[in-house]
Amino acid sequence: MMISSAIIPQPLARLPWRLIWLVALICTIGVVTLFSAAGGSWSPWALKQAVTILAFFGLAIGISYIPERFVKQVTFPAYAAILILLIVVEMVGFVGKGAQRWIDLGFIRLQPSEFMKPAVVLVLARFYDLLPASDIRRWRGLWPAALLVLVPWTLILVQPDLGTATMVLVGGVSIMFVAGLPMWYFLSALGAAAVAGPILFSMMHEYQQKRLLIFMNPEADPLGAGYHVSQSKIAIGSGGIWGKGYLNGSQSHLDYLPEGHTDFVFATYVEEWGLIGGVMLIIAFAMVVRWGMGVSRKARSRYSQLAAAGLSMTIFFYFTVNLMMVMGLAPVVGIPLPLVSFGGSAVMTVMICLGLLMGIERQSRTRSALA
Amino acid sequence: MKASRFTAAHQSMTFSRRMMLVGGAQAAFGGVLIARLGYLSIAQSEHYQLLSESNRVQLIIVPPRRGWIVDRAGKPIAINRSDFRVDIIPEQVKYPTATLRTLAEILKLTPDDVDRIIKEFKASRGYQPVQVAESVPYDQYAAITVRLPELPGVVPQRGFSRFYPAGPAVAHLVGFVGAASAKDYEKEKNPLLVTPGFKIGKEGLEKVLEPRLRGQPGGQRVELTARGKLVRELEPKPDRSGQTVQLTIDSGLQEYAARRMGDQSGALVAMDMTGDMLAFVSMPAFDPNSFSDGIGRTEWRMLSEDDHIPLLNKVTQGLYPSGSTIKPAMALAFLKQGIDPAQRVYCPGGIRIGNRYFRCDAVHGSVDMHAAVERSCNTYFWSMGLRTDPQQTTEMVNYLGYGEHFDLPIPTQRYGTMPNPEWLRKKYKREWQGYDSANTSIGQGYVLINPMQLAVMPARLASGKLLQPRLLMADKRQPSPDLAVDPEHLEIVRKAMSAVVNERGTGVGSKLPLEGIQMAGKTGTAQVFKLGQRGHQSNWALRDHALFIAFAPAVEPRFAIGCIIEHGGFGASAAAPIVRDCMTYLFDQQKAMDALAPLEQQWGGTLLERTARRQAQFEAASKASLRA
Repeated sequence: MMISSAIIPQPLARLPWRLIWLVALICTIGVVTLFSAAGGSWSPWALKQAVTILAFFGLAIGISYIPERFVKQVTFPAYAAILILLIVVEMVGFVGKGAQRWIDLGFIRLQPSEFMKPAVVLVLARFYDLLPASDIRRWRGLWPAALLVLVPWTLILVQPDLGTATMVLVGGVSIMFVAGLPMWYFLSALGAAAVAGPILFSMMHEYQQKRLLIFMNPEADPLGAGYHVSQSKIAIGSGGIWGKGYLNGSQSHLDYLPEGHTDFVFATYVEEWGLIGGVMLIIAFAMVVRWGMGVSRKARSRYSQLAAAGLSMTIFFYFTVNLMMVMGLAPVVGIPLPLVSFGGSAVMTVMICLGLLMGIERQSRTRSALA
Repeated sequence: MKASRFTAAHQSMTFSRRMMLVGGAQAAFGGVLIARLGYLSIAQSEHYQLLSESNRVQLIIVPPRRGWIVDRAGKPIAINRSDFRVDIIPEQVKYPTATLRTLAEILKLTPDDVDRIIKEFKASRGYQPVQVAESVPYDQYAAITVRLPELPGVVPQRGFSRFYPAGPAVAHLVGFVGAASAKDYEKEKNPLLVTPGFKIGKEGLEKVLEPRLRGQPGGQRVELTARGKLVRELEPKPDRSGQTVQLTIDSGLQEYAARRMGDQSGALVAMDMTGDMLAFVSMPAFDPNSFSDGIGRTEWRMLSEDDHIPLLNKVTQGLYPSGSTIKPAMALAFLKQGIDPAQRVYCPGGIRIGNRYFRCDAVHGSVDMHAAVERSCNTYFWSMGLRTDPQQTTEMVNYLGYGEHFDLPIPTQRYGTMPNPEWLRKKYKREWQGYDSANTSIGQGYVLINPMQLAVMPARLASGKLLQPRLLMADKRQPSPDLAVDPEHLEIVRKAMSAVVNERGTGVGSKLPLEGIQMAGKTGTAQVFKLGQRGHQSNWALRDHALFIAFAPAVEPRFAIGCIIEHGGFGASAAAPIVRDCMTYLFDQQKAMDALAPLEQQWGGTLLERTARRQAQFEAASKASLRA
């Protein structure tokens, strides 16, 4: 769906407008919800979020103009740099005797782990791009990739940031999957997890077991650890089909819903907009992911195929894990809803992903046009 | 070498296949998300809407007005008086210390009060009000209202307090109300109980009738944040007052009897011939009005140290030997066992039973049954008691009411003992002896009765029916079959009782001052302390109890009264005049009031005046002890 008109200048017309409208819709929902979460006020969240989104959208457009060649070249150095940053942060945190995850740049607090999400995808795409096709089913097709994923994963896990670590892992694994590693790797890993799960559970501390059990049944401890999820489900369920109406969500406005502007923003939104609004948002996200997967399928180089698939998967995991968590289908791991939750990091990550995807899309288009 | 054959073409195919798998998995997850969202907001919506509402809306309880207690004519016995109270809502208080200081100054709060308020203030959550003071005088209430702008969170409002117009006269009948204790709350877990200003029945009818009197609380529904901050008020839920409960009591008689008893310690119960209780008086008594606000420690101590035991409900919990009031029932029992009423016994002033000499009050000479009841000759009853079967005799007395337990809405009843040979074997492991018959025949020994039985006995004798006492108008009258005795026998006993008052008997001093209405009765003097010599003692606590049972009119009776005056001496001199005046009240109120006036003047004022004076004493003593 290209807008091709004589009035609109060429560079503008070439932007993937379908995606941009979708992203604009999602971001608008986010800002509007943040406006409501603040009790009908632009401060402290809605305005700041709008500015952040515009800034990072500009960044994404900028990224989309970077040639694939250059991205390929900087993939390994960037990965290494982020890995070093991760270690530095770890050291600083260790020296400062605190769990510090970020570097303060004044206007934004940068979390290296946030950059690691797209970086892992790109570095694995690059690795499988370089790997000869015949090696893909060999040992050497697995272990360097595994190392590239597990090292940052371990570093992030010990921060401790289970949510981000999981996303890095899953992002890496999905690249390995589409890269064509033997299926039995994945099946046996799944099988091993199924067996190890109960064993791990029995080895866990009592409080850890309790936390897991509360995830299974949050109502068992509605005022303690299950409070977030209980209140979130109340907010979502009480919205019904049509919602309570904009600015009328009692759960969020009366502070019963904790983190209603960050991780649980979806509950704030659905309480007021109901099932209809919720489904609309999910479909919008699904279409963004579908667009990304489409970019991957149409991409001309193996690197861009894999990178686009991985970046789409990252976005997919982002919103899926958040929504499952908010609706009580997954444990509370602290992953925000991208582009909707207040906070710069998630917007930045997703915009970087989208920028890279737009770049790949543009290049596949131009190249195909040339061909 | 399968792996070596894996080429770029394979890779591309694998990629497409895997991408489809991934796409499928993504679609599946998306479906799960939408399905879950639908489940929460359609199938579970009602459940979560309820939870959301209960999160949002909280009820600030408004205590219901307590039901009234009225007498048989509808005259109020316990009502609600509107008063002023001051509460604070901790959430809205801006300057706790300054506010509390101002309140303490205006309301003249004691340090104890301030401590309690601070404690409750700290423990309270959100919008739950904390009581500062109740029954606030109007000028203090007005002073706080004027200063409200500088006292955010302070809520002066109208409340209701229980009021008993007759004060002490009904204290033991209705009991009193008070704030629920921690124990009450543990039992019921009802948030109404901890609402400031809410009172529950603590004693007597107020306690027993609590479910009927309480009513349904209403409330102000408010929207609160998770931290308990008020957002806005929603439409209120109206309260429902408790039910009015009508008693069989005649409040005029009740109050008159209480006043007529003066400062003496005792009890009086009046009944009509259907079993309705007209008066239920235990004196002296506390003032239930001052109890409902919570009484001071000094007042409590003074009340509990009083030797006239104002805190004891003597009607149902006081137990006394019946003394000679047992004799009409004894006579009936003798008649039933074939004793000829004309048979005479010579009274030389006593009788020897076994190796003990039982002394009569006087030398009565030769007496038949009529004269023996009339003049209360012990010798006659001793010797007849020895001639009859003790089991049958005592059963008759018990049948007429002594030692019987009545089904009444009263928290604790002690119903005494009417001994018989079987009971003695069980309890003391010994056989019934002659002297047991002798003691029982004159209402001494093991015989213990309560004042209620003292009214039921003459009511049954007078009506010839097995009356059951009734206290609540709403209760159905219990069936009262005719007594299983020969009506002629009853007539003989009634005539003898009439003679006690109207001929040459022990109660002639208490004839009714009414034309054509005679009272029948029987005096009783119950030995409290074993003394060689009976009668008046200078030491009040060692004096005999005075008892009197009566019914009137002597022919076709309508009312029965039983009365005991503790340590009153002879029944004829202490109890009978009170019964006479109460009986007079039932037929001619003015005449009765005229008789009361000079007495009250002599005692230093009416009951309410004396109560007020005593209250002032309590307060003075309390202040003195506070200063000390």
